[in-house]
Amino acid sequence: MSKPVYVGLDIGSSRTKVAVLDADRQLLGYAIKKSGTDFSVTAGICLDASLEMAGATRQDIANAVSTGYGKSNVEFVTTESKTEIGCLANWGRHNVSGIITLIDIGGQDNKIVKLDQEGRRSSFKMNRKCAAGTGAFLEEMSYRLDVPLEDMDGLARASKEMVKLGSYCTVFSATEVLENIRNGKKVTDIVKGLFYSVIKRVLEMDLPTEKVVMTGGVVAHNAYIVEMAAEMLGRPVIRPEYPQLAGAMGAAIYAINEKGDAGSADPNRLISEGELQ
Amino acid sequence: MIEQSKPKLLRKTIKAGELMNQVMSDYFYGVNEAATTGKQKVAWCTSVGPAELLRALGFAVHFPENHGALLGATRMATDLIPGANAIGYSPDICSYLTADIGAYLKGVTPLAKAYPGIQSVPKPDVLVYSTNQCRDVQDWFGWYSRELGIPSIGIKSPRNLNEVGAAPIEDVSQQIQALVPPLEAISGNKLDLDRLRETVALSKECTELWKQVLETAKAIPAPLTFFDGTIHMGPAVVLRGTQVAVDYYKVLLAELQQNVRDGAGAVEGEKVRLYWDGMPVWGRLRQHSEHFLQLRTNVVASTYCSSWIFPAFDEKDPFRSMAQAYLELFIVRSDEYKEQYMKRMIEEFRIDGIIYHDAKTCPNNSNSRYGLPKRLETATGVPSLVLSGDLNDLRCISDEQTKTNIEAFIEQIEEGK
Ligand code: SF4
Repeated sequence: MSKPVYVGLDIGSSRTKVAVLDADRQLLGYAIKKSGTDFSVTAGICLDASLEMAGATRQDIANAVSTGYGKSNVEFVTTESKTEIGCLANWGRHNVSGIITLIDIGGQDNKIVKLDQEGRRSSFKMNRKCAAGTGAFLEEMSYRLDVPLEDMDGLARASKEMVKLGSYCTVFSATEVLENIRNGKKVTDIVKGLFYSVIKRVLEMDLPTEKVVMTGGVVAHNAYIVEMAAEMLGRPVIRPEYPQLAGAMGAAIYAINEKGDAGSADPNRLISEGELQ
Repeated sequence: MIEQSKPKLLRKTIKAGELMNQVMSDYFYGVNEAATTGKQKVAWCTSVGPAELLRALGFAVHFPENHGALLGATRMATDLIPGANAIGYSPDICSYLTADIGAYLKGVTPLAKAYPGIQSVPKPDVLVYSTNQCRDVQDWFGWYSRELGIPSIGIKSPRNLNEVGAAPIEDVSQQIQALVPPLEAISGNKLDLDRLRETVALSKECTELWKQVLETAKAIPAPLTFFDGTIHMGPAVVLRGTQVAVDYYKVLLAELQQNVRDGAGAVEGEKVRLYWDGMPVWGRLRQHSEHFLQLRTNVVASTYCSSWIFPAFDEKDPFRSMAQAYLELFIVRSDEYKEQYMKRMIEEFRIDGIIYHDAKTCPNNSNSRYGLPKRLETATGVPSLVLSGDLNDLRCISDEQTKTNIEAFIEQIEEGK
């Protein structure tokens, strides 16, 4: 008989992420897919793919917790849900020690969550009403610049002289970008400017603590953003192995804890220094 | 693995609600009759304007802010606001103002739907404001004054007061007295000082009872929620200075006190107690109330509902005490005062967390913009959350973000307990 597994389903407005963990919080399988318009169908596909990767089946699910925008669309697996902020914090609590600031940059929103010494949430902030500082901003700009989203990281890295963009607003920024193209600025320099704008918008939301961890889809696909953030903050920033899975893993850890495991911070699971950017 | 859906928690309904509906209905029909028959002159008044004086002079009083809130609560506001924007009133200013003017331009009112026979808001003979809360009210009444060709008069109030000293009281008291001659001329009645004293005494009694009503929520579990409060404050807003309001609050208070004795909370299994600062989101009142209920959370106290408590009223010194009452309001005060006030509320109501509603179109009632949340957090250790939204303009609201923020905040409080 196979071992029980714990599932976290993070149904974001942009991507669906599913993580399958064992009782020791080890990641056994995962899947990430565009959420699309039918959240439960996508969640089902991701669930089965991640279970397969874990060598498990739906029968092996001991508990599951959902989170994210579509968290109530997965009743076929679970009715237990937590907020994405709670799950991110829960992941942080079990993976990074000490007082930390978690910065998550997702497709549609970003969040800053601070944890105290005991791993308790001391505060959190979500972005307000606009796309500034989110993946949606980069998506819009990749369309304007006519460069594929996945090329942006490489382009920003190749920049020699960044173009600074001043505006808060995505529409105004688009105009600024066009203005810069007309003025003959290089695409690489503009893309770096866009990265800079994303980080700046996020860092403006709160004062980060000494130890900073960055997660989320934008961080997963654009490692250079983390390097830039580290430079801007003047100190290293942690980028975990699976930045996009933090929420799903946090949800899965809730699933484990709800089944009786006390679930305090685990010093053996600390992210190693090697993962510091 | 399929789990059962959780059973929905139930909200305790307040029985006095029926009586309140009757009281409000009588009030709206009364003002409508005054306006349509000409039996009584009609004055429009800002929420904490000199309503006592107007009543003593025999005016029927209409409160445009109450109408603004009705436009919000019926979710008519968002469609009407653009009408006012189009004639030059920015979407960034008071959305009571823009909704109300927008409604006038379109010739619609929620009163017509709720109260058959009422066709429009009561046509005013005079507009009387106090800028103690904001400048928007003066501009609002200014528009009607030009549109209808009737006078708009009022009190230009000092604001941002730390202490309410003798000088500002004297200033406002003089301004109220200066309103008497023009108002006498419009009403055709001479001011009877005894009548004014009587009205002030009734306002004081109403306010005292309303305070006791709100204070029942100090009990654990609280018999009242902020959302109930925003509805049940109706008579305190529109019928201040009348016996009807006093009688109503006696009934409401008795019911709530009984619920406290019975240990009957408004929120089933109350676990978390919050304080709400700022305006309600009128178009989401029911959703917010329901959402908190399902989270076993009660918003037990608020700046908004407490703003209709005026301890200063004193019939022995009507003008000065009215001035003092209108100046002692939370919205008229400095941040230092606000901080101390909220600290006291946190202690007295045993608050676990504070929600600040940062209303896009009302900076006057949004207290999160000058560092207050952080200062209070440091001083009390009670966490806070700032929600971006608006009182009336639903275009400024993301329901999903609001929901996530509230749920995450309550998770945070529960984890910290
Ligand atoms: S205080 Fe705010 S909501 Fe009230 S009238 Fe003034 S601007 Fe409008």
